[in-house]
Amino acid sequence: MSDRSKLIATGKPFKFDKKRDTEFEQLVKRYPSRESMVLPALWLVQEQESWVCQEAIGYIADRIGTFASKVYEVATFYSMFNLHPVGKYHICVCRTLSCWLRGKQDIVNYFRDELNLTPGKATEDKKFSLEEVECLGHCGSAPVLQINGEFYENMDVDKVKKLLATFK
Amino acid sequence: MMQEAKILSAKFAIKNSNKLTVAKKHGAYQTLDKLFSSKQGDVIEIVKNSGLRGRGGAGFPTGMKWSFLPKGLDKPVYLAVNADESEPGTFKDRYILAQDPHLLIEGIIIACYAINSHDAYIYIRGEYTTQRTILQNAIDEACKAGLIGEKVGKQNYRINITIHRGAGAYICGEETALLESIEGKKGQPRSKPPFPAVEGLYACPTIINNVQSIASLPWIIQNGAMAYKRYGIESATGTHLFGISGHVEKPGVYELPFGLPLLDVINEMAGGVWKGRKLKGVIPGGSSCPVLTPEEAATATLDYASMAEHKTMFGSGGIVVLDETVSMPELAVNLTQFYHHESCGQCTPCREGLGWMEKILKKIVAGEATMRDLNLVRELCDNIEGKTVCVLAAACTMPIRALLDKYRDEFEALLKPEPTDAVTEASAEQE
Repeated sequence: MSDRSKLIATGKPFKFDKKRDTEFEQLVKRYPSRESMVLPALWLVQEQESWVCQEAIGYIADRIGTFASKVYEVATFYSMFNLHPVGKYHICVCRTLSCWLRGKQDIVNYFRDELNLTPGKATEDKKFSLEEVECLGHCGSAPVLQINGEFYENMDVDKVKKLLATFK
Repeated sequence: MMQEAKILSAKFAIKNSNKLTVAKKHGAYQTLDKLFSSKQGDVIEIVKNSGLRGRGGAGFPTGMKWSFLPKGLDKPVYLAVNADESEPGTFKDRYILAQDPHLLIEGIIIACYAINSHDAYIYIRGEYTTQRTILQNAIDEACKAGLIGEKVGKQNYRINITIHRGAGAYICGEETALLESIEGKKGQPRSKPPFPAVEGLYACPTIINNVQSIASLPWIIQNGAMAYKRYGIESATGTHLFGISGHVEKPGVYELPFGLPLLDVINEMAGGVWKGRKLKGVIPGGSSCPVLTPEEAATATLDYASMAEHKTMFGSGGIVVLDETVSMPELAVNLTQFYHHESCGQCTPCREGLGWMEKILKKIVAGEATMRDLNLVRELCDNIEGKTVCVLAAACTMPIRALLDKYRDEFEALLKPEPTDAVTEASAEQE
């Protein structure tokens, strides 16, 4: 497991944009306790910035009225929160059971050999970053990739090549 | 010829079936009049009589779970719908979420009414991005149409449905970890008792049901308990969405009644083992279920009792087929890595023990282990199990133990001889 204990500061104050601000205020009404907003708020941060910086942790704590340590604890526990900047295209390859049985390793090897891209890293131009993730729940169409939230099913090296070429 | 049943999957093949107008045209929300003119207790009785068992993996009778709610408490009751589907080999609920979200919403209305709840939270795994968008659109549509919201049905019943998004933690599929996560905390399971039905979300009575269990309700209410029982067998009534994956020709989700022979389903529905290869093993219900050898698989049927007789579990109905090329030691590494990664870190035997199992199994695969290592990893399986707050650790040790015991030759073939000093040490210990 990569180190998920360190937060990165940007040196700039964080704030929700207008869209996220509205969403936050709508969502908070759905819960009897403001603390329930920790995960939804972290998602709003990640949707806005593609990762969660140190300043955002403090901002969420202030908005909710809780301790920054509580938000920090949650952010580091859940592996989908990116605690460091990711590439323009963040590629998640499922590494578990059915995807493993149907050849996910060929795809991971392709990234390593052709793009010098290994799990946990990004390409130099920051265009692509790669992560091996646990079961994505698409076992019937394995192997599967998820790129910026979008699923790509029944993949093989050829399909990955063609797909990457479409990303500008 | 084996035929698919169409209780849950009736609208899967219909274009735009996730849109309200299309879903309604094909029968969605037709149970509501009947529902709101029934007594709440009668709804629970119908579900009890239907024999419906929880479809998340444990198979606990749904109606009985509901009846554990304390009566006469002055506290709100919550419904939490478990859409955290994360067990490797399990991919059935996703189809309901994306192809027929209105079936789930209708089921939620039924469940809420039966247990006297006004607030339902759907806990959906963070990775299900497109599914969440479709589901949210369906909820918004249903809200606009007055099917959910402040005043529903002739009783002006209030039902609010909120999607709560997970963020990549398998453990949040465990019901109390799921509740912790909705409360804004790390997903670490709670000690039980108290059980969630008594003290769950926000310390209030809470029922947690799997997506597929909830989606089974509209058909049961519409057609009655007896009609539902006509599908399946006595101890496992109704139908199930079986997800077949791994080394088969036609992987996918198939809705079938309980009780069919496992191998017939693999061969007739999923086209059999791919590339004309031989079968090496079947994981019958998601990665935590102990593997069946081809001989065992030949006598197993798809229901709880048969799987228990074969010393494995029905689980979530996620069938994973392994062909003759699979290295069982490597499979053991792949699974242990998953469970170690997903350990919440609360209990030492799980947090540390699964890590050690992973290390030793990797050592075996690398050809650097000796018989002592193999015996140690087998011993760890027995020592970790049953010593933790939840069953995540057991979900790892059970399948690994089965792999070690049923395919031991394969592990032994990778071992190197005991170094001489260790042999002397061991014999000195014996003396």
